[in-house]
Amino acid sequence: MGILRPAGEYDTSYAADMATIRQPWQWGLLAVFLLALYTLPLYASQSTVSLVNRIGITIIAVQGLNLLTGYTGQISLGQAAFMTTGGYISALLVNNQGWPFLAALPVAALGAGVIGLIFGLPSLRVKGFYLAMATLAAQFIIPWFTRNAFPEVLNGAQGLNVNAPTILGMEFNNPQRYLYLTLSILIITTIVAYNVSRSRLGRAFVAIRDHDLAAELLGVNPFKYKLMAFFLAAVFAGVAGTLSAHNIRHLNSETFNLIDSVMYLGMLVIGGLGSNLGPIFGAVVVEILIELATIFGPFFIELFPSTAAGAVQALRPLFFGTTLMLFLIFEPRGLAHRWQLLKAAWRLRPFSH
Amino acid sequence: MSILLSVQGVTKSFGGLQALSKVTFDLPEGQILGLIGPNGAGKTTLFNVVNGVYPPDEGRVIFRDQDVTDAKTYQHAKMGMARTHQIVQPLNELTVRENVEVGACFGRENQNLRHAAEIAEEVLEFLGLHNRIDQLAGSLNVAQKKRLEMARALAARPYLLLLDEVLAGLNPSEIANMVETVRKICEQGITIIMIEHVMHAVMNVSDRIIVLDYGEQIAEGTPAEIAVNEKVIEAYLGDPKLAQRLMEQDNK
Repeated sequence: MGILRPAGEYDTSYAADMATIRQPWQWGLLAVFLLALYTLPLYASQSTVSLVNRIGITIIAVQGLNLLTGYTGQISLGQAAFMTTGGYISALLVNNQGWPFLAALPVAALGAGVIGLIFGLPSLRVKGFYLAMATLAAQFIIPWFTRNAFPEVLNGAQGLNVNAPTILGMEFNNPQRYLYLTLSILIITTIVAYNVSRSRLGRAFVAIRDHDLAAELLGVNPFKYKLMAFFLAAVFAGVAGTLSAHNIRHLNSETFNLIDSVMYLGMLVIGGLGSNLGPIFGAVVVEILIELATIFGPFFIELFPSTAAGAVQALRPLFFGTTLMLFLIFEPRGLAHRWQLLKAAWRLRPFSH
Repeated sequence: MSILLSVQGVTKSFGGLQALSKVTFDLPEGQILGLIGPNGAGKTTLFNVVNGVYPPDEGRVIFRDQDVTDAKTYQHAKMGMARTHQIVQPLNELTVRENVEVGACFGRENQNLRHAAEIAEEVLEFLGLHNRIDQLAGSLNVAQKKRLEMARALAARPYLLLLDEVLAGLNPSEIANMVETVRKICEQGITIIMIEHVMHAVMNVSDRIIVLDYGEQIAEGTPAEIAVNEKVIEAYLGDPKLAQRLMEQDNK
């Protein structure tokens, strides 16, 4: 049981060849990796821990979008709006009704899911670009609703201050503590997404993506499964929105906006559409790029003193846009595909053929 | 023998084009029905109506004593109607096995994925695609893709199989193989309607033949009757001697 397998030892089935965890030592590696993440607050700075929190939450939102766009092939620009929905539901339940966080979270997720289902209805009629426009409606209607409806509860454009979650008497009121919450929920969502993609449900999703008419002729009910995909995507968004709202402790109609929705799609492309590793790669890479843009900002000003601070702001979309474009040209299947190739190359090393 | 499918006065037009007019036939269980006619005669449209892709303007489709005229396509699949396409439509990013599993999962028996894998292996073995089982569907050649489509349809365990030009684009030995396969499928008790232009094959394998021309049902009968039918010779077969030769070829 070495890192490399002896020559002449092959996978004897497709399942073994495609397995995520191929060898026992990989379980060990995964455990060490998770342990490293969980103990991060012991040795990393607060800003690093905050970044990891943010990445974790983003991964959850992108995982949902991956089920919808990556697996089912339905493009959506509404993911951030469903995060807003989840965030508001949870904030109201926890703040106003005094619900425990762990009870509010699933309710917020389901609430976002139902709203997602409603905005998924156009998918029964329209495809591609037109569906993107239809889901864009969510991105306008939901924030408008939070700004204008029930001002005494939703507090209009001001938004809400959100309490830190309390679980079993422990208050998750700083990034270090919050990390445990984010990571634990991220592990759950990863397992759920992974299992959906490998089940009968996932097969129906992929059949619709690859050829919706052929799928229907084979007995896949396209309406049912498209709506399920929208529901699941919005449930993930609801979880992400809830986690994010209780993390930054404030929520208004602009907290999750159209730019976020577009970013999530971009992350998915960079990470790899229709792959379970895609959301993780995509969110990590893009969030770190954005972080780098923030770090490089001051140097940039020193180099070009004539540029205003606004130019630094421009660095983020510039980094993001350039990366996305390079990926679309050179690796449209995303980092997840690269990773597969890399692993295969490592396994076959040093004889690559 | 009981009637599996009954098509009653089906009419369908697309704008000014009369694609089908008052097509009527009964298909007994266990038979192979050949559907022939010139290009644009309405054969594939008839499949689409039987299959629920388009609702007919007039007429009914009765399948296993149920009126399925207004049922959705996926409901037809669940009731035991499976089909292949003239232009092959595999799910390109899935492997051959995964493609066939979709058929088993969502077809008549609603199998779970684990059991579907077993069915897929069995059906692929039967169709001789077993050595390609883990290849991506998009990487198969045309003959293999046609077999894959058949495998996917068969994995649903249908009562009725609609084959839309499964022989088109195949070479003679592949055609001979495919005809043999169609026979074997019929022997398993599955009723078949096949659209086909390869005349010697369709004459050879069909129990009955229906001829369509401009949406009209111009003839119906056994292959021997069709081969000498004057209207059919005029509209489709052309040369009367050709028809004779076709029949002789069958007897070899």
